Amino acid sequence: MDLLEYQGKLLFKKHAVPVPDGRHAATVQEAVEAAEELGFPVVIKAQVQIGGRGKAGGIKLAKDRREAEQHAEAILGMDIRGLTVHELYVEQASEIAEEYYAAIVLDRGAKKPMAMLSRMGGMDVEEIAEKHPEAIVKLHVDPLIGFEDFHGRRLAFEAGIADDVVRPVAAMLGRLYEVLVQEDAMLVEVNPLLVTGSRDVVALDAKITVDGNALYRHEDTAAFRNPSAEDAQEQLAKQRGLTYVKLDGNVGILGNGAGLVMSTLDVVAQAGGRPANFLDAGGGSKAEAIVDAVEVILSNPKVTAVLFNIFGGITRCDEVARGLVSAFEQVDVRVPFVVRLDGTNDEEGRRILAEADLPNVEVAKTMLGAAARVVDLAG
Amino acid sequence: MSILVGKETRVVVSGLTGREGSFHGLNNRRYGTAVVGGVTPGKAGQDVEGIPVFNTVHAAVEETGANTSMIFVPPRFAADAILEAADAGVKLVVCITEGIPAHDMLRVYTHLRRTDRTRLVGPNCPGVLSPSKANVGIIPAHFFSAGNVGLVSRSGTLTYQIGNELVQRGFGNSTIVGIGGDPVVGSSFIDVLALFEEDEQTELVVMCGEIGGDEEERTAEYIAGHLSKPVVGYIAGFTAPRGKTMGHAGAIVSGSSGTAQAKAEALEAKGVRVGRNPTEVAEVAAEVLGEKV
Repeated sequence: MDLLEYQGKLLFKKHAVPVPDGRHAATVQEAVEAAEELGFPVVIKAQVQIGGRGKAGGIKLAKDRREAEQHAEAILGMDIRGLTVHELYVEQASEIAEEYYAAIVLDRGAKKPMAMLSRMGGMDVEEIAEKHPEAIVKLHVDPLIGFEDFHGRRLAFEAGIADDVVRPVAAMLGRLYEVLVQEDAMLVEVNPLLVTGSRDVVALDAKITVDGNALYRHEDTAAFRNPSAEDAQEQLAKQRGLTYVKLDGNVGILGNGAGLVMSTLDVVAQAGGRPANFLDAGGGSKAEAIVDAVEVILSNPKVTAVLFNIFGGITRCDEVARGLVSAFEQVDVRVPFVVRLDGTNDEEGRRILAEADLPNVEVAKTMLGAAARVVDLAG
Repeated sequence: MSILVGKETRVVVSGLTGREGSFHGLNNRRYGTAVVGGVTPGKAGQDVEGIPVFNTVHAAVEETGANTSMIFVPPRFAADAILEAADAGVKLVVCITEGIPAHDMLRVYTHLRRTDRTRLVGPNCPGVLSPSKANVGIIPAHFFSAGNVGLVSRSGTLTYQIGNELVQRGFGNSTIVGIGGDPVVGSSFIDVLALFEEDEQTELVVMCGEIGGDEEERTAEYIAGHLSKPVVGYIAGFTAPRGKTMGHAGAIVSGSSGTAQAKAEALEAKGVRVGRNPTEVAEVAAEVLGEKV
């Protein structure tokens, strides 16, 4: 789960990572009040989880009340690369002397946290990596030992940052590591890490990705919301306990098991179709879960045909078939379905479907055949 | 032979008295696997259809001589259960549990590698099946028969799909290994391929990857340098959008890294043939094995 900047900064404050003083605001009035409380000049920042906010006009300096009001009005509701801005962060403006880059990531390949520091900050890290790969210093940290002072010193000296800020930057890296581990984050990124005119070291931005599997032990993080990224279908799916990702096509898809569903999307695309969603009904899906899944898939108005691709292992095809029959009783179904059932109790499943004689439901024998047929029907 | 599990396997199940643990533990026993004990703290002395339950893995190992642990406990207790099994001297831990925090797994992984006594398969995996010998996990064994194709995969149902396509072409499996869909898993493709390379029964390996991380890319390098047996690849997730987790915690394209395209290209660059869909994977495997005969 990706956190918004202001949410990340709440976690930073909790772990004593220095940040400029700031306030969250959801309305123009709140933004103006926050600005007056903080004292001008302030920066008004769009809260959306996407790079390039500044270039898109989502970050503005306000010198007085009138400008704060103007900018807040302009930015709220703005569309930044497909995301609508619902929230602002109002922050004391900082005088910029140097811009560095710092990050701690969970390196999947090495299976260790990796700390990174660069004296070139303020631009996209992929851009730094491409243009000045030598300017990024990387260091793995042993997860059983943790981040020691020497890690911080090494990173700071090897990155070639200004001598007078080596100690505070190294200290900040240690705290960012603490955020990574104690908040169960997969990524903690500060870009830019700022040295101010008075040589203070602060995190001007905060990009944190937390591990969804660890939310049970972080009540505060679990309660964070991101209204600009919330999608009606995805919210509904979440309530029903289904793994659903909305895509932009028109072929609704349900399968069991993440790998098989991904493969089903690919096969539909190969057949010339465009998947409308990823939906994993999970292992051992019961009939009720299937009813919920049909409801979620059809709540997307773009869907013009639906493919069920089931390979029964723990999931029993007869349960899936029963679920589909009850879904047709409970949900107003107006689009054609193609159903492919293979594996545990597949014959029984097909018999149930044949007996129910559901309108608009076709049974396909193979995964490829099913994909080709549903693409035909979706138009 | 076969790899990881076989006739010598003796399984202790952590979480045997739970719904999933008892269902699959008994299922594995029915298949002929020696499921010799279970562990549920506080329930020592009970049994699950004749399988004795112990308070600790140590007690279970001492009493039953278990050499393999299968873990079904909920995610918040799973890292502890893996470490307990390793501490009790079990050689192989198969962790089925899905949803273990990644930082827990970092600690577990680092400890297991450092002590180097216990191999972990999973978590978030369907387990390991050596057809007609032993089944440790949730793979529906009745689809598969013994044969010469090794199968290693990050996904469960996709493995069944590909395995079934192979069965329809008359091929069986030496061992099927689900390594799991989490970002941090105990055994990598490389670990499992190294075992298949040494296994006499295995003549070809099908590896089934998916988006996220760079393991498939590193595996491609490994195959070029170390494998004499043919490998057929498959990658799921060509249509996955960036930044979205596709069901498995580890299945995510971050920025420009972890794409299916990059993985397929890395494998092909090292001479591994990659099927575009499960059916084609089986066709390619059949073709390669056919040529061998």
